[in-house]
Amino acid sequence: MPHIPLPPHLPGITGLLEYRQDTAAPIRELTQLILRGESSLTFAERELIASLVSHRNECRFCTAAHSAVTGILMGENDTCDLVRENYETAPVSDKMKALLHIAAQAQRGGRYVTESAVDRAKTAGATDLEIHDTVLIAALFCFYNKYVDGLATDLPADSGYFQLLGERIAVSYGRRPEGYEHSLSHTPNTTPETH
Amino acid sequence: MPHIQLPEGVPGIRSLAAYRPDTGKFLYEWAQTLLRGGDSPLSEAERELIAAYVSHRNECTFCMSSHAAAARFLYKEAGQTVDIVLNDYRNAPISEKLKALLTIAGKVQSDARTVLDEDVALARSHGAVDRDIHDTVLIAATFCMFNRYVDGLATITPPANDLDTWNAMGERMGTFGYVPPR
Repeated sequence: MPHIPLPPHLPGITGLLEYRQDTAAPIRELTQLILRGESSLTFAERELIASLVSHRNECRFCTAAHSAVTGILMGENDTCDLVRENYETAPVSDKMKALLHIAAQAQRGGRYVTESAVDRAKTAGATDLEIHDTVLIAALFCFYNKYVDGLATDLPADSGYFQLLGERIAVSYGRRPEGYEHSLSHTPNTTPETH
Repeated sequence: MPHIQLPEGVPGIRSLAAYRPDTGKFLYEWAQTLLRGGDSPLSEAERELIAAYVSHRNECTFCMSSHAAAARFLYKEAGQTVDIVLNDYRNAPISEKLKALLTIAGKVQSDARTVLDEDVALARSHGAVDRDIHDTVLIAATFCMFNRYVDGLATITPPANDLDTWNAMGERMGTFGYVPPR
C-alpha cells in the first residue's frame, strides 16, 4: 500500500504526477525533451537506457513500463531483455554498449562514472552530447525509480496495463488534456493513465 | 576535468545548464518549484537541508556545499544547525518530525524500497502530514538525480573548504532562487 493516499486507479508514477502537479509539469517536460526530443540516439536507444537503470534499481513499475515501450518501438522484446540481462553481450552497437556502461555506472552513483568508460564511448563514436544525454537519462531514472518506490506506489492489477501504457508513452510523456479522473476500466476506448 | 567539453569558468549544475539550456530550463524550474514553491508544509530552509543531507550521503561536493550554504543562509542565526545535522542529525537541535523525515530521505538515497511503513508512521506521530512525506521523498529522489548528473559528468567543483565561494552561492540561492545561467 502506498505511504500516502493515492488514487487506486493510477498505479506507479501516474498517481504521483497527479498528486503534485506543479512539480510534475517540469518533470514531464524534461522527460519529453530528453526521451522524445531531437537526438542522434533513437527513441528505442534512449528507452533502453531507462529500462536498464530501472532494472538495476529493481523498480518493477518503471522496468515494466520502459521495457514495454522499448519493445513497441523496436518491434521485438528480445533486445531489451538481453540488454537488461547483460548489455555487453546484447545485440546492440559497440557505441550503445559503451553508453549503457556509462548509464550503469551512473546508476550506482555519479562518482562511479570513469574516464575509461567515457573514453571507450568516444572511441566507439559517441559524441559529447550523447554522453551528456546518457548520464542525464540515467540520473532522471534514478529519480523516477526512487520516487515510485520511496512512496511504495502500487503495481497495476491488470497485466495488460504496461502494453497500453507503452503505446501511449511511445508517442508522448505529456499529460492527457482531459486528466485522469477515470480508471482504464471505466474508459475502455481510451489510452491508459500515464506519465 | 569534466568528461565532456563544458563552458569554462562555470561550476557544477550551472555548467550543464549552460551546455544544454533546453534541458537546463526545465531542471531549474523543477528545483525552483520543489524548493521554493509556496504550498509545501516544509520551510524553504528545511527543504534545502534535506537536499544538502541527501547530497552529502551521495558524496556530491558541489550539491552538498551549495545547498548546505543555502540552508545556512535561510536558517539565519541558527545556521550552524545545518552543519550539526550533516554530522549527526539524530542529535541535532531540530524537531523530531524533521529527524524522522531525514531518516526517510536517507533511505530513499540508499535504496528507496527500504522506506518502511513504520518509518512513515514515526514521522506522522511527530506531526508529519501526507505532503511532508511526499515532499521529502520527492526532494530526496530529485537530488539523487542532480548528484548523479553533476558528478557523472565530472563537472568543475570549487574546493569544499572555500567557504566564501559557497556562502556567496548560498546567499544567491536563498535570495533569488533557481535562475538558469544566461
